[in-house]
Amino acid sequence: MAEKKWMPRWFYQLASPRWCYEITGKLLPWFFAAAVVLLIGGAVWALLFAPADYQQGNSFRIIYLHVPSAILAQSAYMLMAVAGAVGLIWKMKVADMVLKSAAPIGASMAVLALATGAIWGKPTWGSWWVWDARLTSMLILFFLYLGVMALNSAIENESTAAQASAVLALVGLVNIPIIKYSVEWWNTLHQPATFKLTEKPAMPAEMWLPLLVMVIGFYCFFAVSLMQRLRNEIIWRERRTGWVRELLNKQ
Amino acid sequence: MATCRREFLLSFRRKSDLVNPLIFFLMVATLFPLGVSPEPGFLAQIAPGVVWVAALLATLLSMDALFRSDYEDGSLEQLLLSPQPLFIVVLAKVVAHWMMTGLALTIMAPLLGLMLFLPSEGMPGLMLSLLLGTPTLSLVGAIGAALTVGLKKGGVLISLLVLPLYIPVLIFGSSAVQAAVTGLPLGGYLALLGALLALALGLAPLAISAALRISISS
Repeated sequence: MAEKKWMPRWFYQLASPRWCYEITGKLLPWFFAAAVVLLIGGAVWALLFAPADYQQGNSFRIIYLHVPSAILAQSAYMLMAVAGAVGLIWKMKVADMVLKSAAPIGASMAVLALATGAIWGKPTWGSWWVWDARLTSMLILFFLYLGVMALNSAIENESTAAQASAVLALVGLVNIPIIKYSVEWWNTLHQPATFKLTEKPAMPAEMWLPLLVMVIGFYCFFAVSLMQRLRNEIIWRERRTGWVRELLNKQ
Repeated sequence: MATCRREFLLSFRRKSDLVNPLIFFLMVATLFPLGVSPEPGFLAQIAPGVVWVAALLATLLSMDALFRSDYEDGSLEQLLLSPQPLFIVVLAKVVAHWMMTGLALTIMAPLLGLMLFLPSEGMPGLMLSLLLGTPTLSLVGAIGAALTVGLKKGGVLISLLVLPLYIPVLIFGSSAVQAAVTGLPLGGYLALLGALLALALGLAPLAISAALRISISS
């Protein structure tokens, strides 16, 4: 083919469910080990050894769950939208499956972020919930996840369902910058972002290092659960093909 | 535009579709004094939000019908096959739909404002914010309608898909009315509503056409 290749080879290989199944099978143990080590190590470090906040005492420690889950909820949405776009443009089956697998994980991360935020807000702000820009936009993100999931399950034809939810996910992408900048655009109770790429965090290193470990651990955990779901989805959708039958017969 | 004219003709021939959202709008607004409190001072306080929520729900209710009948009798496929760019056709359909619902709601809104004791200073703000906000509602709602048109029961699903996207419009719309009531400048809110409308005007027809193609292809 004289056609110019725009994308690296692995990108095209990812389009093959079988190749994708095999490569995720190889990557899975590594991510699993990394997630276990980072999450346990980070949690022990954060809960036992990090110093207590001088104003909030020990209650601040919930940020070690809150911040990573909130970051993940947004990242998962972006991943979902990117997968949706890839699925719409290149008509890749695997991208459709990624979209479908990422939505429930992202939704549970959003719930976790909202719940931990509420638990933290009760002793600190004095109420479970405040109708503030950050919180509301996070809630909208959760609703968007639910919408994608509802649409995906309502349409019976698998490829139509995937395409329709991809369009919806892309439309909902508008919300992500709103969440990101809500603490900067509006005067709200919620404090600004903990981590920025360009600046040093405002907390001492003993406090933010475990947080960073937790964030990376959450990403690894996300990768693990996404790959698990993806592999299930691949097996289910490709159940009529030869290689899946062979695989199942071997077991 | 021919599509626009056809839409008008169709909806005038079926008057109930035209009037139903308006009646719904009126009824929702009636529920609040009965359900919450008939006290004028309190009603005046919640009036901006109530009128906006009622307008939003009325728009949402009418959304399901936007592509439904065309889908059922096959004319939607003809529209997709027609030589005109789909962007324009879709935009014409939505504009026609908005004139039937959003514009009518805007014209009816002062009546509801009166029922809810909205101070008269708030009326221009209410009208202007609805005028700028309801087209966005129609455009965004049409995305949901296009995504669900192939399904038997699209009604509830549309609300699930579209309501989260309506929230920003609701926030800025009711804030504009609130600002007008208290005598604050409302230019900023109206500008934000206008920005949302511009964004929706440019991008929503693309999403609607993509969604229609997906729904039709199955």
